[in-house]
Parts: sequence; structure tokens; C-alpha cells
Amino acid sequence: MSSHASENPIDATRSVGLVVPHTQHFAEPVALACGRELRDYDIVYETYGTLNRARSNAVLICHALSGHHHAAGYHQPDDKKPGWWDDYIGPGKPIDTRHFFVVSLNNVGGCHGSTGPASTNPATGKPWGPDFPSLRCRDWVQTQRQLMRALDIPQWAAVIGGSLGAMQAMRWALEYPDLVRHCIVIASAMKLSAQNIAFNEIARKAIMSDPNFHGGRYLEHDTIPAQGLALARMVGHITYLSADGMMEKFGRDLRAGGFAIGSDDVVEFQVQSYLRHQGDAFSRAFDANSYILMTHALDYFDLAREYDDDAVAAFEQARCEFLVISFSSDWRFSPLRSREIVNALIAARRSVSYTEIDSPHGHDAFLVPDARYEAVFTAYMQRIRGELG
Amino acid sequence: MRFDLALIQDWIAPSARVLDLGCGDGTLLAALRDNKQIDGLGVEIDAHDITRCIARGINVIEQDLNSSLENFRDASFDVVVMTLALQALQYPHRVLDEMLRIGSEGIVTFPNFGHWRARNYLVTRGRMPVSKFLPYTWYDTPNIHFCTVQDFEALCAEKNIRILDRAMIGGTDNRGTLARLWPNLFAVTAVYHIGR
Repeated sequence: MSSHASENPIDATRSVGLVVPHTQHFAEPVALACGRELRDYDIVYETYGTLNRARSNAVLICHALSGHHHAAGYHQPDDKKPGWWDDYIGPGKPIDTRHFFVVSLNNVGGCHGSTGPASTNPATGKPWGPDFPSLRCRDWVQTQRQLMRALDIPQWAAVIGGSLGAMQAMRWALEYPDLVRHCIVIASAMKLSAQNIAFNEIARKAIMSDPNFHGGRYLEHDTIPAQGLALARMVGHITYLSADGMMEKFGRDLRAGGFAIGSDDVVEFQVQSYLRHQGDAFSRAFDANSYILMTHALDYFDLAREYDDDAVAAFEQARCEFLVISFSSDWRFSPLRSREIVNALIAARRSVSYTEIDSPHGHDAFLVPDARYEAVFTAYMQRIRGELG
Repeated sequence: MRFDLALIQDWIAPSARVLDLGCGDGTLLAALRDNKQIDGLGVEIDAHDITRCIARGINVIEQDLNSSLENFRDASFDVVVMTLALQALQYPHRVLDEMLRIGSEGIVTFPNFGHWRARNYLVTRGRMPVSKFLPYTWYDTPNIHFCTVQDFEALCAEKNIRILDRAMIGGTDNRGTLARLWPNLFAVTAVYHIGR
């Protein structure tokens, strides 16, 4: 289970400990896929572990829809929770920081310190809001490439991501084949299904229907579309869990009220309060325009689009080795989507291993401790480590 | 290494592209990689074996041989190997066809149910054979399609599968003289190199 700092001091044998985010400013403009450019921008990132002398042990973590740079460790000794992937990054964990130098960033367009819709637009002096350029996965990969330069890393030992993060990892393999030795693709897909896009559209509509949205200029009105964003998150959250997993976790347990004859108490199920809490917490921590931007980037991603829709031709660009992992109860990015990736890789004669982890945790399984997932992930990372020399 | 695996190595050309159906913990592919520099890929469903393959640097795909193999393209491998899995398949004949669609050649090994011990067990006890080599009871076993050496060759003839080479592994007599002379009676494990 995840380490909880509130009771114990941070366990230095299993945690990267206290970490400090860094900000890298980029003064060179970057041309974006949408045709516009970002004239300059900041990327916030964290690193864990030590870069070796050969500079060969660097690993890039690409975050998913609601992720950010804080993947492992703690910012404050009394933080209630560690970084979002702390179960998988740290000493003795699959991405073992005793051997790898881990780089984890907040993508451009995000809302955790990197330049995004909530940042100030230098042209107007006001928040970018809805005027922030629309982004695609390749823009993130391109800006991650700039961070790689700034950190003077010649090649990634591995680029690793789950979900939307894995889309970036795959794009890395195609765009910069010489800069990636291994690509680890977890709970992902080569493109979203119509159902996926439909759920994202509901999320966006929920945000935009909030009276406080103000066409995306809510910061100028000194407000946020908290209700809309919470609703978007609630819908999204259901799609990250599985029906069985939810039943197992909440059942039909009540948090308040009851069904006794003669009682007209308001009945509240545990799952209601859980979802509301998730929505509320998220709406305070995340920027609505960032959420809209990132769901669009998800929708737009299509690995093989520019290769005549031929995934085999796409993967023939890659030089790295692949590990693909899916989870049995993930219906958002089902194992079938991962198998499409694997089949294309086999047909393209790339080096690939694939495993489907039996888990009740749906799409979120990639974040949850699981013995088999950890064993496979660890075994593969040790293989990479063996090549470091 | 298991005798059948050692034999197989001689039939595989250096640098060949090899698909191993039911690759287990990757022992054969690892040996072929180290000795013959082959480009190998395994298919396996056992979770523990998959992790062991990955740990030793063998590429492995989690996939059930009883489900379709159509994700592997025609003639995409030089050799498709399947060791001691034939008898556990739902439709062994279809998988043989698939092996020779995916690879130019196939290598199959299976336990010979015509071995005299199995016959003796059945004749004298009137019960389905249980041995150290095949320790399962008839009602709880992965081995649902036992065949004999003659059965296999008859199937190959029926399917126009060419037998390029064969080797037989005996029981106590590992030099295999008896197994070579009368395989249907003395071979414990049959090893076939097949093509079309």
C-alpha cells in the first residue's frame, strides 16, 4: 500500500523522500501542431535518483489526464499523500531510483506550474484562458524534448507512461527513434474509441454549462466553474473504475439515512459521497481550461494518422523495445486496445512483450499496487538496468 | 535442459526468427538466443512464466493458444516451435495449420501416448495412465488430446504436412535405440520438424 506520512516519518528505504520541483524556462518559441506557436514557456519538473556518469540511466515519466510532475516522494514532511505514482517509483520499487534517474514533468497546458491556460498571456497581461493554443500529444513530446536538452540527457533509457502518458511515450518512439531505448506503454490505446470521445464530451459540456465558466474567462471574473469541473470529474472517475471494483469497494452501503418503514430520512449511498468528494477535491486542484485542453488532446491522438492509418508502418519508425501492459477490468482502454498495439509491433518486427494483469481496479489499475504488475514491471526495468553497463 | 529442447536447437538456423508457442519460462528461446543469435518471441499464458521470460530478456506475449493466432501474419517467422503443448490444445490440428501459416517450418514435440508403459498401464490396470512424466488424473488435466506417434503422422499425411525430420526420445535409454527403431512403442517424447 502507499506510504502514509501522517503517522510515520517518511520511510527512506522505500520513498524518494522530500522532493523539490524545479522550473525550467524556455525562451525559444515552439511551433505547435495547431499551427500556432508558444513564444516562451515554463516547464515544472521533478527528478528522483542520480544521473550516472555515462548519462545513460535517465527515465522519462509522462503523465496522464490529471497528472503532473509530482510523481513520487513528498513536498512537505506532513503531506498526507505522496506523488501520484509513488507506489512504482522509489528505492526498491519497479522504477528503482537507486539505479535510474527519473524525470517527471508537468506538461505544457497543465495547471501545476507549467505554462498553461491559467498562466498570464504576455500579449494581454490577462490569463490565457480559452485563448491558450490547443495542444496535441506531439506538442508535449516536442516540449519534453526541449527539457531533455536542458538537462543534457543524450538518450532516455526508457519513456514510460500510463493512459494518455503512454500515448506520449509511443509518440516519442516514433518522433525521436534514436533518443529512446525502451518504451513502456501501460493501459493505453493507439486512439480513442467513439465511446471514449463521448465521455470526454460530457466532461467538457459539464464544465462549459457551469454559469461560472464565462466562456473560459472565469479567472477574469474571479471565479471558477467548480460545479462543472466536479461533475466532469465524477463522470470521468466512473469510467476509470470497473463495475465490479465499485461494487466491491462501496456495495450498496449507506452513509446516511435508512430504509426503515416510516422513515423518510434522506438516504445517501457511500458511492455518492465518494464521488462527490472526488469531484470537489478535483475542482479545487485542477484548472477547467486545462481539463478541456487535455481531453481534446486525448480525443485528437491517433498514432497512425500520418502513416496512412497503418499502425505497422507507424511502428516501423521506432527503434526502441516495447513493454505493453493492460488490465483485465479496464473498459476505458481495454486489453483489446493494447493487443492492437502489440499486434502492430509484432507485424512491424519490433521487440515487444505484452502482459494482461488481472485486476478489479479498471483503468485506475495502473496506479494501484498489484503484486503481478509490480513483478513484471520490475523484471523489465531490471532488464533495462542490465543494459546500462 | 530438457532433451527435446536440446534436439530442437540443431534444427534451427542461426539468426532465425523464431516463435515459441507455449514458451514456458523462456528456457528454449534463451538458449537459442545465446547459442544461435535467433530473434525470438514467446507466447505464454502462465503469469509466473511470463515474468520469468521478461526477467531473462525474452520477449513474450500473453496469449492463449486456444484463442485465435490470427494476429500473427502469414510467413512472418522462419520457425514456429511448440513443445509439449499439442496435447493440451482444444484443436491441435488447427494450431498445426496455424504454425505452418505463420512460419515456413514448424517444430512440434509431444508425449507419445503409444509408449509401452502407457499401454501396459491401461491393459493391466484398466485405468488411464498416471506417471511421473504425466502426473494428472484423467478428470483434472491440461492434457486433453493425447496422441501416439502413428496418430500424429497420420494427421500430417491427411493435412499434407511434410515431415522434414523426426527424433525420438526414449525413457531410461536416452541414446534412444529402441525409440528410434520402434517409436510408437518406445518413444516417450516425439520431436518433429515439419513443413509444407
